[in-house]
Amino acid sequence: MNAPQEQVIKMYAAREEIYPREIAGRYARLRWLFVWLTQLAFYCTPWLQWNGRQALLFDLGTRKFYIFGLVLWPQDFIYLALLLIISAYLLFLATAIAGRVWCGFACPQTVYTEIFLWIERKIEGKRSARIALDRQPASLHKFGKKSAKHAAWLAVALWTGFTFVGYFTPIKSLMGEVVTLSFGPWEWFWVLFYAFATYGNAGWMREQVCKYMCPYARFQSSMFDRDTLIITYDSARGEPRAPLSKNGNGNHGSCIDCSLCVQVCPTGIDIRNGLQYECIGCASCIDACNTVMDKTGQARGLVRYSTERAMDEHLTPTEIRRRTTRTRVKIYSAVLGLIVLATCSALYLRKPLKLDVIRDRGSMGREVEDGMIENVYRLQIMNTSEQAHVYKISAGGLDTLSVADADTVRVAATETRGYPLRLRVAHGAGHTGSNKINISLTAVDDPSLHVQESAVFIVPR
Amino acid sequence: MADFTNGFWDIYIAALTLLGIIGCGILLYSQSKVKVVKTDAGKIDTTGHVWDEDLTELNTPMPRWWMWLFYITIVFALAYLFLYPGLGSYAGKLGWKSSGQYQTELAKADAEYGPLFAKYQKQDLKTVAADPQAHAIGERLFLTYCAQCHGSDARGNKGFPNLTDKDWLFGGAPETIQETILHGRVGAMPPMGAAVGGDKEVEAVAHYVLSLSDSTHDPIKSVFGKEKFGACMACHGADAKGNQTLGAPNLTDKIWLFGGSVETIKETINKGRTTTMPAFADFLGEAKVHVLAAYVWSLSNNPAEVAAPAAVPADPPVAAEK
Repeated sequence: MNAPQEQVIKMYAAREEIYPREIAGRYARLRWLFVWLTQLAFYCTPWLQWNGRQALLFDLGTRKFYIFGLVLWPQDFIYLALLLIISAYLLFLATAIAGRVWCGFACPQTVYTEIFLWIERKIEGKRSARIALDRQPASLHKFGKKSAKHAAWLAVALWTGFTFVGYFTPIKSLMGEVVTLSFGPWEWFWVLFYAFATYGNAGWMREQVCKYMCPYARFQSSMFDRDTLIITYDSARGEPRAPLSKNGNGNHGSCIDCSLCVQVCPTGIDIRNGLQYECIGCASCIDACNTVMDKTGQARGLVRYSTERAMDEHLTPTEIRRRTTRTRVKIYSAVLGLIVLATCSALYLRKPLKLDVIRDRGSMGREVEDGMIENVYRLQIMNTSEQAHVYKISAGGLDTLSVADADTVRVAATETRGYPLRLRVAHGAGHTGSNKINISLTAVDDPSLHVQESAVFIVPR
Repeated sequence: MADFTNGFWDIYIAALTLLGIIGCGILLYSQSKVKVVKTDAGKIDTTGHVWDEDLTELNTPMPRWWMWLFYITIVFALAYLFLYPGLGSYAGKLGWKSSGQYQTELAKADAEYGPLFAKYQKQDLKTVAADPQAHAIGERLFLTYCAQCHGSDARGNKGFPNLTDKDWLFGGAPETIQETILHGRVGAMPPMGAAVGGDKEVEAVAHYVLSLSDSTHDPIKSVFGKEKFGACMACHGADAKGNQTLGAPNLTDKIWLFGGSVETIKETINKGRTTTMPAFADFLGEAKVHVLAAYVWSLSNNPAEVAAPAAVPADPPVAAEK
C-alpha cells in the first residue's frame, strides 16, 4: 500500500443537472390530472363573480376577505388559523396513509415543475436531445432554443404572478392595468416577485427545493411508520439484476438493470437503493418499471406502492389495506373531523355584526338634568354583511337604564361606524362605583341579527 | 452615543463588528474544503472524520448555492454598514437618521393632505361645517385632540364645557370658536366668600343663583341672597346673564360647568374657579384648527341651514322607526 496521501475534498457541491425522462403510465396520468385540476382552480377562481364583486378576493387594503357569500374581517383571523390546522391535519393524514402523495402529485413545486418540464420537452426535445444540447458548444441554434424556452417559462411565470396578485386586488381592473402597464408599486413588486419565484423554483431549483428548502420534507418522516405506503423496489424479486440478454438462464432476478427508473426520477435517485429522503413519492419509477415489465413479459410491480411491513412479512394487498385503519390514522381522522366540525359550526353560527364597547376615556360619570347620571360610551359597530342595516341599540342590567337621544343607528354595507352612546340612570339607581350592564344591537329588519356586549356603568359618589 | 462614552468604545464596537463578519467569511471559506488523508487507493467519499476506530462520516455535500447565500449575507452586511449607521458612531454614507425619516414622512403627509386642508382654509367656516368630508376629518381630529377633556360625544365633564348646547362661555360664533381653539382661554372666577360676607351670606347667594334658573331653592334664603348678589354683578351682569368677553357664565340657565347643587355653588363662591383651555395654534396649525372649529360649531348648529341642501352630511343617525 502507498504511503498516506493528503487530498482535498469539497464540502459544497455544484448542482448536477437532472434530465427526467418522460414516462407515460397510470401515475403520470394521475399527476397530469392534478396539474389540470389545481391550475384550473388557480387561474380561473379570481375571475368568478359574486354579488357584483370578485367572488374570492383578499382585500388587504380594506382588510376584508371576500370568500363567495362570506366576508371575513381581521377579527375573523381565527378562521385562517383553523384553515391552516385543517390543511396540516389533512396532510398528516394523507402522509400517514400513503406517504408523500402530496409531494408527488399536488404540491405546487411538483405541479409547476411538471408544466415547465413539458415546455422544456416541447422546445428542447426528449431527455437524450436535452443532454446532447447542453453538451454542445455555444451556437446560434442552442441560443435560440434556450431563449425560446426561457421566454416561454417567463410567460407562464408572469401570468402566474399576475393571477396571484389577482387574489388580492380586483383582477379585472388589474387586467386593465396590464394593457397600460400602470400597476401600483406593490402590484409590480408582487407580480414580479411571484413570477420570479415560479421561474426560479420550477425552472432552475426544482429538486433542490424538495431536498434542501422544503420544511415539510424535513419532518414528514415523523408521520411515517411501518404501515405507511411507500414506493419500494422488491429486491427479493429483482436481485440479482442482470441485462436482458443474460436473463435466460434463470439464475437472475426480474430487474434487467435498464436504469429507466433512475432516468425518470425528478430528484435523481435510484429507488433500488431503498427508501431515501429525496424520494418525493411521484411514482414515475413505478410507471417506468411497469412499462419494462410489460415489455419483458414479466408481472408488474417490481417497483410498487407497498409498506415496509408488507415487504418484510409478505402481506397481501388486502392485508396492507386493512392496516390503514390503525390507531395513528384513527387519531388523525378523529382530530381532523372534530376541527372541521368546529370550524363549520362556528362559521354557520357567525353573525355578520360585531360590536365593541369602549367606555369614554375622559369621564367617569356625570350628572345631567333632573339629577340623572350619564355615562358615555363609544360603540364600534361593524356591519360585516353586504347590506346596509338599521340597528336598534338597547341597554339593560340596571334599573331605569335608558339610552339618551336616538337609539337607532344606520350602518352601511361592510362599514365600521363609531357611534357615541349616552346611557342614563335615575338618581339612586345602582350602587356607587361600577355596575355591570350590557349593551345590545338588534337589526330592525332582522331580529335574529343580534349581538350583546357587556360593559360597566359608573355611578359617581 | 459619544455624549455618554468616550471615543474608544465606538472603535471597540466597530472593530468587533467587522472582525466578526470577516471571521464568519474566513470560517465559511476554511470549512468549504477539508484535507483528508487518503487511506487507500479507493474513492474517498467521507469527510475523513473517524470515531471509535472505524466509524466514518460520509461526505454528503451541501448544495453550492447554499454556500453562496452565506457569502451574499456577508456582502450585504458590509454594504449595509457602509451605507447606514451601525458601525459605532459612523453615520453611514447615506446619512440616514430615524428623525430624518420621521421628517420625511411628515413632509409626505403634509404634501398629501396639505392641499385638502388648504382648500378648506379658503372656505368660510360655515361652508366647511356643511362639507361631509370635512365633518369626518373634524370628528377624527376632535377624537384625537379634544375628547380627553370634552368627551368623545363633546358633552363635556365637570369643569369642561359641553360643546353641543347653545350655551357658550366666550361666544359661539364659528370665528369665536376658532379663536378659542387657536389661542386658548383662561376662565377665572376669584374667591368671593369674603366679598359676599360669611358662610350664611354665601349660602343665601347660592340659593339666589339657583332661583335665577328656576332650579330647586329655598325662597327665603334666595330673597336674602339677592341683596348680596351685587358683588357678582361686575362679571355676571345685573341680569346674571354672564359676560362672554370675560368668559363669565350665564347663571339663568340650567347649565352648570361645575355642578348645580347648593354645595357646589357655595364652593365656587368661596374658593373661586380657574379653568384653562390650552392654545392649539402652534400644535395643530391654523389649517387643521379651521376644520376643527367648523366641526365644533356644527355640533350645536345645523350646517345644512347655511349650505345647499345637497351638502347635508350623508347618512346621519336614524332617529325614526321607534
